[in-house]
Amino acid sequence: MPVKRVEKTPMPERDAVLRSHDFEEVNEGYGIAHAKFEAERCLRCQDPICIDGCPVRVPIPDFVHKIAAGDMRGAAEVLRSSNPLPAVCGRVCPQEVQCEEQCSVGIRFKPVAIGYLERFVADWEMQQAPIEITNKLDRAEKVAIIGSGPAGLVCAGELARLGYPVTIFEALHAPGGVLRYGIPEFRLPKDVLDWEIDQLRKLGVEIRCNVIIGKTIAMDELMGEMGFSAVFIGTGAGLPTFMGIPGENLNGVYSANEFLTRVNLMHANDFPNSDTPVMVGKRVAVIGAGNTAMDTVRTALRVGAEQGLIVYRRSDKEMTARVEEHQHAIEEGVEFHWLTNPIEVLGDEDGWVTGLKCVRMQLGEPDASGRARPIPIQGSEFVMPVDNVVLSIGNKPNPLLLQTTKGLESNKWGCLVVRDQSSETSRDHVFAGGDAVTGAATVILAAGAGKDAAGEIHADLRG
Amino acid sequence: MAKILEKRPLTPVTKLYKVDAPLIAKAAKPGQFVIVRIREGGERIPLTIADYDRDAGTLTIVVQEVGTTTMQFGELEVGEEILDLVGPLGMPLEIPVEGHIVGVGGGFGAAALLCLMRELRARGDTTTIINGAREKDLLILNEELTDICDNLELCTDDGSAGFHGFVTDRLAQMIDGDAPGRPDMVIAIGPMPMMRAVAETTAAAKIPTLVSLDPLMIDGTGMCGGCRVTVNNEVKFACVDGPFFDAHLVDFEEAVRRNKMYVKQEHEAKDRSHCLKLAVGQD
Repeated sequence: MPVKRVEKTPMPERDAVLRSHDFEEVNEGYGIAHAKFEAERCLRCQDPICIDGCPVRVPIPDFVHKIAAGDMRGAAEVLRSSNPLPAVCGRVCPQEVQCEEQCSVGIRFKPVAIGYLERFVADWEMQQAPIEITNKLDRAEKVAIIGSGPAGLVCAGELARLGYPVTIFEALHAPGGVLRYGIPEFRLPKDVLDWEIDQLRKLGVEIRCNVIIGKTIAMDELMGEMGFSAVFIGTGAGLPTFMGIPGENLNGVYSANEFLTRVNLMHANDFPNSDTPVMVGKRVAVIGAGNTAMDTVRTALRVGAEQGLIVYRRSDKEMTARVEEHQHAIEEGVEFHWLTNPIEVLGDEDGWVTGLKCVRMQLGEPDASGRARPIPIQGSEFVMPVDNVVLSIGNKPNPLLLQTTKGLESNKWGCLVVRDQSSETSRDHVFAGGDAVTGAATVILAAGAGKDAAGEIHADLRG
Repeated sequence: MAKILEKRPLTPVTKLYKVDAPLIAKAAKPGQFVIVRIREGGERIPLTIADYDRDAGTLTIVVQEVGTTTMQFGELEVGEEILDLVGPLGMPLEIPVEGHIVGVGGGFGAAALLCLMRELRARGDTTTIINGAREKDLLILNEELTDICDNLELCTDDGSAGFHGFVTDRLAQMIDGDAPGRPDMVIAIGPMPMMRAVAETTAAAKIPTLVSLDPLMIDGTGMCGGCRVTVNNEVKFACVDGPFFDAHLVDFEEAVRRNKMYVKQEHEAKDRSHCLKLAVGQD
């Protein structure tokens, strides 16, 4: 029987002072006792609407009940059959606005900690008993996947399970896309990512790094002489946006993409053992207040900044970062400057950043995004002394593939156009999903799009 | 992984490599570049494609040993593999002007003129290459360059070979009408100060000029924005919008400054790899 408890079983976390100087994971994960204790809170609803909140439609109550019954292996089997990336999703999904927002327990109490439980099961499988994978790729039609981020990985996994030989083409030297270069180790350890990708390889998915479709191989070659019957484009939103304010090209100004890539992909935190450096002074200002901004400012602390600052033109209510990421940043001593808009990066005579000139803002009527519009307060300009500025104000889809591929329709933001709610692009047998279609969003929405596209590709190839 | 098929020293610090890279060779066009990573933990650095052979499936690249990664590259031998090689990157060079095209190569920059000038000559342009270096022994690829252009002009700062003076001095003479004549278009590839001087030389004469910028890069696909340069007061990414830009519109001062961003760390890294070598007795 379900057990009534008001609060979620808390996630064990590492001490904020200790963890803010290293890259080990902040959340330590549930033990078996925590997991069973939490799983008992599930009401076993007749109509489990939590599933509706999940973009990949994990049969949540099934695996939660198995945890409560102590059948961890059974739970792992349920999870893995519905989500190719459970250890990733259990760590980085915004469950509070998805499955957990739907959870019936949440009507009166705190919802069941579905995300923590998902992570527990995935970690249990990884550490205790990986599920043996036997998969036959017995279909004739080959499918190409462009990009190895969450959309591409999930699409590949689903298609391989359906028996299609799948090849993922990745531009960088290591697979994972934003999971590799964007999300830091302290939130998603790279050995966890490697393990999940290995499970896909065991399904028969082939991953070819250092290949850029549209540059190394043209889309026409892919579908022509190379013999791929269908293509999924999951190239993400990897083109950083700059503000266009004076001083943005001074030495010491980074895009969040560059800053995080230097650390996550190139291991600048280990310089000079690794050859790529990152330039971090005493005070690092990060502009923006999304999850990437939180990742960036917390990474800055871990690579030697004495003070990390978030500078955001709206207030904390409009910030797009997850509550947990914001909370972790507060615990680690990040300074928040709300209603503050940068208008110029200042530098010394050698071209190095010395400060950020800002103007104070107040909130007005809601804008097109539905959030209160920030309005500058006349005469409120001031200078914030900083050594680095990192811009984390969003990304657009990368135009590289579009520039070199005929017949692919895109909109004015550079996003691929798909036919109403589907993954079909304007080119036959070419599908797309994730940030390349929606613009910058979340890992799990990309994963969901990858899963949906796999179904559509299957229908297309069988139809 | 890309196997090294040939290695040839051009100067004490410059080596030419032919590598097995059929996909890139097939797709490459003049003016493009590749990004390489030599070892686990290594940097990603851009290198210009000097030449390609589609039939043989090979790329020719020339590496000047100036930092940690290029020095590690210099230690790779025939038969060994480059860990990561990706490309071709950047926009292929488009030359709208026809007529007398002058390619100016400074130091190892001359290598990048190989496939480029050959293509221009093949399409019917008159081609001149000014190959310049400090001294005779630092001039590279004279034989190969002779074969692919109409006129090869050598310049050395010390007068030990060819014209005694800077490439810009020789270029100025041509602009004034000296044989082989006034250029209709100039393409300069080499160290930043040289490209800047070429830009200044051709600006007054209003001769369209392109330079190949070589800023710091990580991914080379537009993802990091580290390679941003200001051209005509607009921010461009050299990796996807370049590497060639209108020389008269480039903010060279900013480009030079941004390239020096990690000078301190470069020294630290070089010292460290030197120490490591001493420790294992390689040096």
